[in-house]
This record gives sequence, structure tokens and C-alpha cells, in this order.
Amino acid sequence: MYLASVGPLRTPLRRVPGNVVALGIVSLVTDVSAEMVTAILPLYLVFGLGLNPLQFGLLDGLYAGATAVLRLVGGHVADRWRRLKTVAGVGYALSAVSKLGFLAAGSAVPAIGAVLAVDRAGKGIRTAPRDALISLSSAPETMGRSFGVHRALDTVGAFLGPLVATAVLWASLGDYDSVFVTSFCLAACGVILLGAFVRDQAPAPRPVPVRGGLPVLGLLKEANFRRACVWAAALGLFTITDSFVYLAVQRRWDIGTNLFPLLPLGTAGTFLLLAIPLGRLGDRIGRWKVFLGGHLALILALLLVCGPIGAWWLVLVLHGMFYAATDGVLPAAVGPLLPEHLRASGLAVLQTGQALARMAAAVTVGLLWTLWDLRPAILAITVALLAVTIAAAVLKPLEVRR
Amino acid sequence: MTRRLLVVAIGLLALVGGAITYVVQARDGGATENAVPVVSGQTMALDGKTLFFRNLAAGPDAGKLAAVPVGNPGAARRVGDLHCDRFAAAGGTAICLRLKPGSLPPLTEMIVLTGSLHEKHRETLPGTPSRARVSPDGRIVNWTLFVSGDSYAATGFSTRTGLYQVDTGRMVKTVEELAVFVGGKRYFASDVNYWGITFGADGNRFYVTMASKGKTYLIEADFRAYRGTAIAENVECPSLSPDGRRIAYKQKVSNGTWRLAVLDLASRQVVHPPETRSVDDQPVWQGNSTLLYPIDKDIWSVGLTTPPKLFIGQAASPSFS
Repeated sequence: MYLASVGPLRTPLRRVPGNVVALGIVSLVTDVSAEMVTAILPLYLVFGLGLNPLQFGLLDGLYAGATAVLRLVGGHVADRWRRLKTVAGVGYALSAVSKLGFLAAGSAVPAIGAVLAVDRAGKGIRTAPRDALISLSSAPETMGRSFGVHRALDTVGAFLGPLVATAVLWASLGDYDSVFVTSFCLAACGVILLGAFVRDQAPAPRPVPVRGGLPVLGLLKEANFRRACVWAAALGLFTITDSFVYLAVQRRWDIGTNLFPLLPLGTAGTFLLLAIPLGRLGDRIGRWKVFLGGHLALILALLLVCGPIGAWWLVLVLHGMFYAATDGVLPAAVGPLLPEHLRASGLAVLQTGQALARMAAAVTVGLLWTLWDLRPAILAITVALLAVTIAAAVLKPLEVRR
Repeated sequence: MTRRLLVVAIGLLALVGGAITYVVQARDGGATENAVPVVSGQTMALDGKTLFFRNLAAGPDAGKLAAVPVGNPGAARRVGDLHCDRFAAAGGTAICLRLKPGSLPPLTEMIVLTGSLHEKHRETLPGTPSRARVSPDGRIVNWTLFVSGDSYAATGFSTRTGLYQVDTGRMVKTVEELAVFVGGKRYFASDVNYWGITFGADGNRFYVTMASKGKTYLIEADFRAYRGTAIAENVECPSLSPDGRRIAYKQKVSNGTWRLAVLDLASRQVVHPPETRSVDDQPVWQGNSTLLYPIDKDIWSVGLTTPPKLFIGQAASPSFS
């Protein structure tokens, strides 16, 4: 089978640009730092501080929106100053500092909110310049593999985070501050690694000064890029949020509540294993095809959840396949369409549009769920996603170049 | 280049070393002497004359279940080996909730104890301990846990309230299947959350908070028929008085602020005991006219009309039995 012949074993990291591997390792270390805090935060709020957690969660939507806006700002500033690495570094550093903020914030709820906001801001700022660096460091024909390597390393970090947090809690006899300090130290290591081993890719200066408005708006006049953004957002509008998938899996197969929090590991594991092979597959047969194929995997997963056949693990495998075929593949597909001096801002526009559309999808599914029930809500959004996927495949917005 | 590598290596080693040092010193950071008088190594029992609580005083016995005579709450606290984050007892049965050490995502051990505080049954459930109660007849234990999603940015928190019948071993992991009527109509919504059960003396009538669409309701329910009716709004963590006539609860004032309130079930009158500080817990009745509740890390008491006073310092989760 084709997939097996391009398995990760035959993809030694040395064939991937050093800058991409360096960025992947920075992301790995940073993700360990971020995920260890995510894993203990509920415990810390309820047990360490004795807060009532029901007062949190209200700001989630606000944070998600702010992250989206800051991603645009990060991308724009990085292109404007031609300093991708510096802007990404500022984002990584902000998130690192926020970990110490937990120690300073104590049990003051507004201060904890501010600390979380700084952390999200850092994540928003760094994403676009980082993806632009990956894109500019890779040859156009192997860009899928580069993003695959980066996303695989990133996911390894997400796996390790909770384990490191557990180890630190165990070693420190349940001291939450130790987790925050360790998380800060790891995030700072990430910043040092970025500074030392990631080479900045100074994009070529923009050829003609653009008059009036943001140059990225001019980009949207570019038909190929505009179509990619519109289709990515259109697909995002009908892309179901992870938590609904896991809830549906739990209901369908009556997964024990003890096992429920482990379901995301199934998705992440598949994502990790398939990110590189599917990135390479995209390099060979066309990234847009793989991107759409990923959505078909999601559709199949959702149909299995609603239908009489299938197994929960198969749904998780397909869900992980969806991520492996879309998360890194989309920037790899669109990156080469963008002029170098607008790579970060262009990727920011693309990913922000997709993220905002997915937020709208989450609200829609929540609403349909309340009105009908979970199963009809999922079926409705799956049918809509299938329709958009078929339309995107027929109209072939991006298959011009591979 | 080699010099730069050296600088980087030193930087990384310093950070990792710093983290390890911090963890190691945190390990030795616990106090070796109890901050208040504690008599350890005691055996305890539900003898009807004891006030149990979670000892919060710094020291080697912090976090353990402690006991003092009801008549002399200022006496030195007696502790055994049992660690509980939440504890409640009634009718010769006790429930102990505690966080399972080293579990991520967090798990809670729900332990049912006999009158001599020996373990009778244990379940491991997802979430962190929040509330625990035992029905006055000692036949049903119930609990509320905080359950969180896998990411703090993706989903919020919710509560999961369950109960266990001690005689039959029947377990209800969540009471969300309860048939509830609001305004005379069967209520359906995907976002319902329950917390804080309190049982009546008959071991059948119970009260619980249901939250949905930004409102909280006091549900009066029949356990055998397994159905309930909303009888009031803005009621959280109900606690039925021993005579079964009043419900003490926390009433939301604004986000993150609650005040104590007492509802007379017959007249539907609500009165506020003279406690002005925010109270975030399920109150405990001492007799039919005094309430116990935590403020910071102390247990306070207030009469329905008499002013609040400090009851036991450095303590939480009180229960008489």
C-alpha cells in the first residue's frame, strides 16, 4: 500500500530542512510546557486555590476571538518588519512569562484571567510567523513533508505534557507551583532553542510599495489565494468541534466516564503517526486533494458515530487522519501561492478565517443540539460538510500547482 | 560557533537545573509540626457526639479527617490515618471523597465508610471532589464532582452529581436522567447540570440544584418515582434542616459571589442570616437554627438571626455524627 511505503521510518529527519526540525523541536518543548499547565489547571483552580470553577469558562469565547485577531497582527507585523523569527520569539516569550504569572496571580480571579489572556496572546502572535518560517525554509515541492514533520513533533509535545505534569506533581508531593516553574523553565528553553538554532528567513523586500490599506488586502485580489481562503472557511463552517465528536463517541459506545478524558489521545496518536506520511502524500499527488480527503475522513468518522456499524477506535483513527491531512497540509498547500514578503500575513488570514468559521460551527452545532438532539445535529452538519467537500473537489480551487 | 553552543547548553542546563531544584525544595517544604494541637493515631467512630471535619492546619496531619467533641469544638483535634477532601456522615454511614494522587485528568476516590469508619465500598470517578452528603437514614450517599474538558480554552467546567445506595449497591453515576418538571412541563435541555443533593429524613424526598441556560432551580424530587419539580429559582447547594422545614442554600448575587439564604418550605419565605460575606459551599445545619459554612480556611457559624462567629479555625467540610 502506498501509505506504508512512505512511513515515517523511511523519512529520516536529516532529509528535512534543519530550520524545520529546529522549529519542530521548539514547538515540542513549548507544547510540553503548555500542555502540562492545561492538564493541571482545573485541579489547581479547584484544589490549589479553592475557587469555584463554574465562574471560569465564560471568557473562553473572548480568548478565542482575541487569539484570532492577534494572529493577524502577528502575521502583519512580522511581514512589515521582515522579522519572522523576532515576532515568533516575542510570542513564545510572552507565553513563557505567563507561566510565572500564575505564581504572582495567586487566587485573584481577574489576575488569573489576565495570565491566561497573555498566554493565548503569545500563541496567537507566534503562529503565523512560525508557519511562514517553515514555509520559507522548505522547497515548494516538499513543503507538505516539512509541515508534517513540524506537526508530528508538536504533537509529541502535547503527548508528553500531561506525563511531565504528573511526574512533577508526584516528585514535588502535589505542589502546583512546581508545575508552573517547570513549565516556565521548559518554555524558556524553547525560546533559547529558537534564538540559537532557528535561522530567520528574511523574505525579499516587497517589490512595489502598495498604496493605501494593508498589503494583505491586496493579496485577496489574487484569485488562487482568495479561493483557498474562501473554501477553507466554507469547510470550516461545517467542521464539527472536537468535544462534540468525543461526546458523540461516548454516547454511541457508552464509554466509561473514566476513559472519556483519554479519547483525545486516540486522535492525537493517529495525527502523530500520519502527519508526515500524509504531508508527503500531498507533495506527490497534490495537497488540496489530501486536504479534501481529510474532510472525507471526518465525514466517514461522523457517519460511523451516527450509524449502526463501526467501532469507537475507528472513529478516533479517522478523526486523527482528518487532522493529519488538514492541519499542516493547508498551509503547505497555500504557502507557495503567497509572495515571500506576505507569507506570514497571508497564512494568518487563511488560518484566522478557518478558525473563525470553526467557532461559528461550534455555536451552530450547540444550537442544533439543543433544538433537536446530538445525533440529528451531527447528521445535519455532516451532510452539509459532504456537500461543501464535493463542491470544493468539483471546482478544484487549487489544483493548478502541486 | 562552539562558544555559542556552550552558552546555549549552559542556559538550558541552568533552566532544567533550576526546575529540578525548585521541585526538590518544594518536596521538603511541608511543615513538620502541626500548627494547632493535634492528637494523632486515633481511632474514630460515628458515635453521635462528634463533629468531624477536614483538618487544614499546616503540619504533618494536614488534609486528614479530624474529630472534636460536639460539646467542646475548641478541644485538641483527634486524627487517624484517613485523608478526605470532603467528608459527611449520617445514620451510621459516612462518605469520604478524595483526589486520587497522581491522576491526570483528575480522578476522585469515593469511599463509603461504616459506623466505625471502616471502608465498605470504593469507586473511582472522574473529576475533583466538590460536595458530599449522606441521607439521614444512612442508606444513600451522594456526591458532586467538578469535571473539566481536556483543554481550558476549548470547554468549560461542569458538575456531575451521583449517588450510591449502601444496602443494594446500586450506583447512579449521574442524576441527569431525573425526570424534571419546570412550570408544569417536562424540562429537556442538553446543558443541564446538577449539584448539591440533600435528602429528607424518609430517605426518599430529596432536593438538588439544577442549572440550565444560565438559571439555577431548586428541584424537589422523589427518589423512588425518580422525578422532580422545580420549586424555586436562584438556589444552589440546598441543605435541608433536620426538622425538614427549611432549606439553607447559597444564593447568587453576582458572578463569583453568593450569600447565605434560608427558604421556609411551607411559606416560601426567604430570609438571610446576618452573614454579609460571600459563602461558596453547601451549608451544614447544627440543630434547626444554626448554620455552619467555610470562609477562607475556617468554619464559621451563624444563627438565623444571631451574628456569625468563628466555629473552628483551619478546618473545612464539617459534619455531625
